[in-house]
Amino acid sequence: MSTDYRPMWKDLGLDLGAHDALLGVLGSLYEQTFTKQPNRPAGMSYFDFVMSEVHGLRIKELVDAKQTGRKVVGAFCTFVPEEIVLALDGILVGLCAGAEFATAEAEKLLPRNTCALIKGFFGFALARVCPYLSASDVIVGENTCDGKKKAYEIFKDLVPRLHVMDLPQSKSAEGRALIRAEFGRFAAYLEQLTGKKLTVDGLRKGIATVNAKRSAMHRLARLRAADPAPISGLDGLLMNQVYFYDDPVRFTGSVNKICDELEQRIERQEGVFAKGTPRILISGCPMAVPNWKLPAIIERAGAVIVGEESCVGERGTQHLTADQGRTLDELMDAIVDRYLKIDCAIFTPNTSRVEHIMRMAKDLHAQGVIHYGLQFCSPYQVEAGPVERRLEKEGLPTLRIDTDYGQEDVGQLQTRVEAFIERLRG
Amino acid sequence: MRSAGIDIGSRAIKLVLVDEGRVVLRAVEDTGSDPLAVCQRLVDGVAYDAIVGTGYGRHLFKAHWPATEVISEIKAVAVGATTLVAGCRTIVDIGGQDSKALALDGNGKVRKFVMNDRCAAGTGKFLEMMATALAYTREEFVAAAGRAARAESLTSMCTVFAESEVVSLIARGAAKEEIALGVHQSVASRIAALAGGVPVEEPVVFTGGCAHNPRLASLISEAVKHPLRVPESPQTVAALGCALYGVAERR
Repeated sequence: MSTDYRPMWKDLGLDLGAHDALLGVLGSLYEQTFTKQPNRPAGMSYFDFVMSEVHGLRIKELVDAKQTGRKVVGAFCTFVPEEIVLALDGILVGLCAGAEFATAEAEKLLPRNTCALIKGFFGFALARVCPYLSASDVIVGENTCDGKKKAYEIFKDLVPRLHVMDLPQSKSAEGRALIRAEFGRFAAYLEQLTGKKLTVDGLRKGIATVNAKRSAMHRLARLRAADPAPISGLDGLLMNQVYFYDDPVRFTGSVNKICDELEQRIERQEGVFAKGTPRILISGCPMAVPNWKLPAIIERAGAVIVGEESCVGERGTQHLTADQGRTLDELMDAIVDRYLKIDCAIFTPNTSRVEHIMRMAKDLHAQGVIHYGLQFCSPYQVEAGPVERRLEKEGLPTLRIDTDYGQEDVGQLQTRVEAFIERLRG
Repeated sequence: MRSAGIDIGSRAIKLVLVDEGRVVLRAVEDTGSDPLAVCQRLVDGVAYDAIVGTGYGRHLFKAHWPATEVISEIKAVAVGATTLVAGCRTIVDIGGQDSKALALDGNGKVRKFVMNDRCAAGTGKFLEMMATALAYTREEFVAAAGRAARAESLTSMCTVFAESEVVSLIARGAAKEEIALGVHQSVASRIAALAGGVPVEEPVVFTGGCAHNPRLASLISEAVKHPLRVPESPQTVAALGCALYGVAERR
């Protein structure tokens, strides 16, 4: 028997009718996309459970935690430092932005040529169907791309509390000083919200928890280098997506448990696809739940995705935070150093990103790269050209795809992806 | 052996039958609203040992003719064009709803390909809609563009906006021939921009239904600064590629 969460959703102010419709679509999409994959690792049952309870049990946990005085911080970006949130006994959650919902409503506030991700989170907020948003004590907006930066000016009226964090556009000394000041301001804001003080011990503990979570993802990435691939790209992406929702300690345990299983599979030469299956690396814009469109097309067409160079993927998880600092300032500096390494396309120049793509392709034995750009996402779409030329020059076949959350171009995408896989097969 | 190739495109379905390396049948029908019925008509009574399908309806076709092998249009047109023009290095293909540019290695292997965005700009559908806006048939439209001494310039690439641009040009009293030529030119420059995504080297082969349009062929040739080779029956090159691929696979 499943628990009746409707009273909780009602208390959170959700529109129950619209929310039911969303869960219905999400459930059947998940079923079609994930549960029918052959040879899934047994450990994926944990993630199936998390997804089936993503608006249920996890929200109840948040509501219960709030009753004990903990604060929930909602965010849209990997630049929001989870270490600081945890140090103040808060909980960081990613907010819903991966599907079209109430697009017509969103377009009353935003131009039509706004990227699907921004329109998505407006739609979820306007239709009152994102329980994470409702459960959040504060939403953090970050000045990354122009679209988000300007959208937050409108979004602030749709949510009770929005804290906007400024970010630099270059990794200069001045840029570093800005992000240092902004992380300090964010910490001070959270101190006030939680009524708690940031301590060296608390921050160290926060760093340790997040480092453990990221290390588990690094371990997963190393195992995905095996041929035959021990886990599908869809399941790999799903774990990167759940990263943003789940309790960090429990999540780390579950990822490590799957890694144990994958190690045994690799030893037995067992995989989800046959040995020699064409291997593809995805690079580009983030894919938030339930944006599984392109990966599903790729793996149905007979290739396996071995990694994601994305915010929901290795761009977001790749560096650890140094934990040797003895003072708050030293630890905050270490956090800033770590976040400033993120190869986000809002930075100019952003040359480390293409180096990272090539490193990933080499480590994961990918034969080709599919660059995924969300329509109207200028930073990644503009960067796609130079990235593609550089990769092709280095002998890495690259396919550039620009799309959104709509389903009407699935046929065209299939053609491109199938032709690209034929090219990889030679 | 007899090998059949079928290309289920958005505007036309093409069937080619190859027997011992020679084309013995070529058939083309409009896709219409019931592509499966058209496929059925085309393959009815045709005896073949192998069949290979491509085009946007390839998976639908395979669902009903399970013995079919499926390949992408990219591979199909590469195999077809390389057979027709030995050493082919570049293909420009414009069909009903897709346009593409391919760079080949000279032996039919695809080195790189690019395709149009999700919109209809630079496709046969675009030309068709502009012809309709000008109240021309397909043949009249091509002939009118051939007659024009100068072209009206069209700035919009979007089919919807370009249509209203055509309508306002008509309202301003512009010569219909000159608008027709302008439409052709806008497609040619769009295709040249697309082809800029691959290295264009000779021989360059122009395929797809739109390669039947000689005015468009000469404009694209000017825009990409290379002569274009248009094979006989350019619309069936992908279907031919499928049939030949089927032969190669059986060997």
